[in-house]
Amino acid sequence: MDITFRLNGEVVTADTTATRTLLDWLRENRGLTGTKEGCNEGDCGACTVMVTDDQGARALNACILFMPQLAGKSIRTVEGIAGPDGTLHPAQQAMIDHHGSQCGFCTPGFVVSMATAHLNGRTDHDDQLSGNLCRCTGYAPIIRAAEATASAEVPVWMHDAPVTAAAPFAPDSADALAAWYQAHPDGTLIAGATDVGLWVTKQFRDLGEVAFLNRCADLQQITQTDDAIHLGAGVTMTRVLDAIAPHYPSYAAMIRRYGSVQVRNAATIGGNIANGSPIGDNPPALIALGAVLHLRCGEATRDMPLQDFFLSYGKQDRAPGEFVTGVTIPKGRANHRVYKISKRFDQDISAVCGAFDLDIADGVVTTARIAFGGMAGTPMRAGAVEAGLIGQPWTIATVEAALPAFADDFQPLSDMRASAAYRLQTAQNLLRRYHADLAGQATSLHAVTA
Amino acid sequence: MSVAKPLPHDAAALHVTGAARYVDDIPTPANTLSLAFGLSTCARGTITAMDLDAVRAAPGVVMVMTADDLARACDVSPSNHDEPLLSDGTVHYAGQPVFLVIADSHGQARRAAALARITYDAQDPILTVEQALAADSRFEDGPRVWTKGDPDAALSKAPHRLQGRITMGGQEHFYLEGQSALAIPQEAGDMLVHSSTQHPTEIQHKVAEALGVPMHAVRVAVRRMGGGFGGKESQGNALAVACAVAAAVTRRPCKMRYDRDDDMVITGKRHDFTIDYDVGFDAGGRLQAVDFTHYARCGWAMDLSLPVADRAMLHADNAYLLDACRITSHRLKTNTQSATAFRGFGGPQGVVGIERVMDHVAQTLGLDPVAVRRVNYYRAMGDVAGGLSAPRPAAPPESISGKMMHADLASRGSQTVADDRHAVVAGDVNTTPYGMAVEDFILHEMTDRLLDKADYAARRAAIADWNAGSPVLKRGIGFAPVKFGISFTLTHLNQAGALVHVYQDGSIHLNHGGTEMGQGLFQKVAQVAASRFGVDVGAIKITATDTDKVPNTSATAASSGADLNGMAVAIACDTIRDRIADCLAALHQVAPQTVVFGDNTVTVAGESMTFAQAALTAYQNRVSLSATGFYKTPDLAWDRIAGQGRPFFYFAQGCAITEVVVDTLTGENRILRTDVLHDAGASLNPALDIGQVEGGYVQGAGWLTMEELVWDAAGTLRTHAPSTYKIPACSDRPPVFNVDLWDQPNPAATIYRSKAVGEPPFMLGVSNFAALVDAVASCGPHWPDLQAPATAEQVLAATLRAKGQR
Repeated sequence: MDITFRLNGEVVTADTTATRTLLDWLRENRGLTGTKEGCNEGDCGACTVMVTDDQGARALNACILFMPQLAGKSIRTVEGIAGPDGTLHPAQQAMIDHHGSQCGFCTPGFVVSMATAHLNGRTDHDDQLSGNLCRCTGYAPIIRAAEATASAEVPVWMHDAPVTAAAPFAPDSADALAAWYQAHPDGTLIAGATDVGLWVTKQFRDLGEVAFLNRCADLQQITQTDDAIHLGAGVTMTRVLDAIAPHYPSYAAMIRRYGSVQVRNAATIGGNIANGSPIGDNPPALIALGAVLHLRCGEATRDMPLQDFFLSYGKQDRAPGEFVTGVTIPKGRANHRVYKISKRFDQDISAVCGAFDLDIADGVVTTARIAFGGMAGTPMRAGAVEAGLIGQPWTIATVEAALPAFADDFQPLSDMRASAAYRLQTAQNLLRRYHADLAGQATSLHAVTA
Repeated sequence: MSVAKPLPHDAAALHVTGAARYVDDIPTPANTLSLAFGLSTCARGTITAMDLDAVRAAPGVVMVMTADDLARACDVSPSNHDEPLLSDGTVHYAGQPVFLVIADSHGQARRAAALARITYDAQDPILTVEQALAADSRFEDGPRVWTKGDPDAALSKAPHRLQGRITMGGQEHFYLEGQSALAIPQEAGDMLVHSSTQHPTEIQHKVAEALGVPMHAVRVAVRRMGGGFGGKESQGNALAVACAVAAAVTRRPCKMRYDRDDDMVITGKRHDFTIDYDVGFDAGGRLQAVDFTHYARCGWAMDLSLPVADRAMLHADNAYLLDACRITSHRLKTNTQSATAFRGFGGPQGVVGIERVMDHVAQTLGLDPVAVRRVNYYRAMGDVAGGLSAPRPAAPPESISGKMMHADLASRGSQTVADDRHAVVAGDVNTTPYGMAVEDFILHEMTDRLLDKADYAARRAAIADWNAGSPVLKRGIGFAPVKFGISFTLTHLNQAGALVHVYQDGSIHLNHGGTEMGQGLFQKVAQVAASRFGVDVGAIKITATDTDKVPNTSATAASSGADLNGMAVAIACDTIRDRIADCLAALHQVAPQTVVFGDNTVTVAGESMTFAQAALTAYQNRVSLSATGFYKTPDLAWDRIAGQGRPFFYFAQGCAITEVVVDTLTGENRILRTDVLHDAGASLNPALDIGQVEGGYVQGAGWLTMEELVWDAAGTLRTHAPSTYKIPACSDRPPVFNVDLWDQPNPAATIYRSKAVGEPPFMLGVSNFAALVDAVASCGPHWPDLQAPATAEQVLAATLRAKGQR
């Protein structure tokens, strides 16, 4: 198929298959070898490119970006970050001046991430660069370079315009998608490809018929009412973060650690729910909030409490041809907290992710919604613990008395992320943390400075 | 003068524009083939059937090779000839290459390799230290044991005594550029190999052996690596040999690069160690004796494990004068990846052992851990009679008895050299456990300055106060020194060559045996060359390491790159410079030593000319403007079996203080501040050296905290990608990170009195671990017995032990 897009300022048309990655195409078809393959799974950022469309410019991992996702967009690789006459971008000059490169292999990815963040006026460097790994420098000189870049003007060549182009295999509405999926119930839906990408690059799976969802604008809407937020399934996690932050700072702080900028720029809320991972981070947070999931199959739609969607490991309550259209989240849950435990603070999959939301009236727990990821084959509520809290005074004694019930709710596994014993103990301790947190005690490592 | 300037990395402008070429970026002929290994999924057993029909039938596949298809043995070991390129029918670890796919593209080769159906007669793998000891599965006949004094008597007489154990995990290198090689057949059976390797001569040797040709028929070139860290000292052999063999058979260029998961599953990592200690000490914390037992998990093949384990023993003292000690080292053979070189080469493991002892003694006595460390320091340089200026007996001539065909003499793992010289022992005052006098110890002064600059005492008191009012979060502060021995412990590797040309326009071509993996070696050496000629570094063309230009090189390893190659280049430059001076002096009828080179100018008899004019004049007067340089480190003598001698030319030193905060509910933790003072001698390039210190610290801290390798019970590595193996990310660096270089020159006569800086700062990361020990110790009165890597899970367990709850 032909895919047309802009590459470093020039409109190009690529003849490609549905699951050819941008990285392979750049390196093997175009000889643009500045973009590097470090991990081939979206975890290191060496392949970072800047993609501009009508929503603006964002950094993405080229190794898990399929060519059809690029139709009509503008791509800038490291080769296009310097000006057409070779003038270095301020981020490139700063990286030289501050000794930000050693072996240089991660450097193109850092430069593109920095230049994209600079274009977008972002100065939260640790967040913006959390998806770029460096093994040589220890990051300090790279951050110095990012800080030095902040005050420079954005070079004119960085402003890209989208192009008009056909988009094969990309239905342009939920209606079109519903019809396609009914006709191809064994097909594969691809939204951000941050998970499906690995099916191809690591597992060599044949995806069969595919549909790319990035043209379904009606699935990408964020709708706010007085008492709820509706997120379309195609809303990226970057936009989820922006929508959630004013209402649920604790949840937002977790989303900030969800993947990296590159991953959040691609990954969608619908994908994170629909793939049914027991360690996806949104489901426990949303289940604790009492979120409602919206599904569609053909013309038929249905809603369900999110927790009911997860039947067992790898199995969801989803019929052939049925897809997630969105999720609705209530507003105003002031006691909602989310705690993510992982080996590395940023960009790591949770060992345990716990979400808590209690109603407390006159010092007594009236309702309790507690959900965990990483503790079972699905994201799951802690029903026995909740029962042990409801009707009790909200005291540390009540918390301590409820802790044994965690073992009734969960029999977690041991794996490379954590042992079963640690998971169980930590889940219990997160309830203790929740109590301390609501009481205003210091519980955040990141609030402490030397 | 060019040296000592904080110039950027020589390729910085290429890095930031994406123009720097790595092996996979080299344009290749259209008929180039790509390779992938099929891997064993069984950790120990024999192959009973191998159905490769689907592999052969897969799209793009040109050829599939098994061990039976290889014309020669194709060993890829750097030491013991115990690593067949492809399994000989037995498999020794999950991930071992079993067959080789040759296909039109990288993707096709990988996809095809996944289609094999192999059945195994599996045996129970030997995975753990305990299993290996029970099976007596080891390299060498038994443990190595080095002893100083009478440790048993001293232990029994000591006023205080304790025992303990520290385990520390291995470490994945995670060089951002995976292993890669490209072999291009030449005429008459010659082979050109581009390899991402720290050791071109090793690649040349292994490829020549696999092809059955002399070394002169193989040329290996390396412009740069995307990170090495020791992981490309021997682990590139398999790819280069596979490419060369496939290229010879197909008569087409062949390229191979490991996908990240394959790289992590196939290649060796840092050795994980378990160290038992039995220590006697007095009330002031001064050690009377210590008995260490090292258990190193070496994996399935010998690789470089013996010198790694030796270096762990050589650093069991770190910065401390041990009057009586025993170090016992078990090198255990397990059905896991063959552990290999990694920055520090065993040194960090030895250092962690004694630093753990210091913390354990301090906690037992209720003393400040820094005070315990200082009371055990070696004596200061000025307090030792003799010093470096004292005459030292000449080392006896080197023996190469036992040499044989294809002896891998250029490898640190070389097994064919019996170094039977008698070691030179320099008295018993201020000597290491291996009998080497410590004559350049500067950590007293360095520690004074760092403690003062970091305001250690006041912060320690403030942290204690803060912790008293903070039930959930606890802070801790820790200090760690490092004294790291500089030289290859296989003495004959301490040599280097250089090749320098001056062209008639005054431009200078620089080549030497060192490889560039990001450490800035090429720039530092170029600065040396520029300084010798008195020109700007821009006049120097840095060129790829190439076995055609400088032969018989040692690996760029052991932090030796700048010391060895800088000196060799200086010698080559001086040869040419002196020839130019002789020529000009003769023309002007003055003495050669009156000719002055500087500021891009040559001055003779009051007349100044550009360096280019001087070069042109020399050319017209038929003066050779090309020279080699050769350097060998003086004064080394080492008997590794006896554990006696002078294996090191000098010691590089440094110290660090780290402050952390720990969440006692979850064990999560983070660094709050780090202060470092590091000794690079008279730095050749302070900016690049500080880069090594900052990067080494973070890498060392990662090793001891979040970086955890996990194998399952079947011996399969479960952490084989960055999704499961977590190296430090941006926000893990110390938010306050003060790094200074010590300001004194190296007393030893190194190039411009600089010191090696590649590996030593890695061990400054131990201060992060010490800080975590301090933080968890504040949770209760008991010894927290923190183990490494100190993941959140380990830290939580330690807090419970401190409280007596576990």
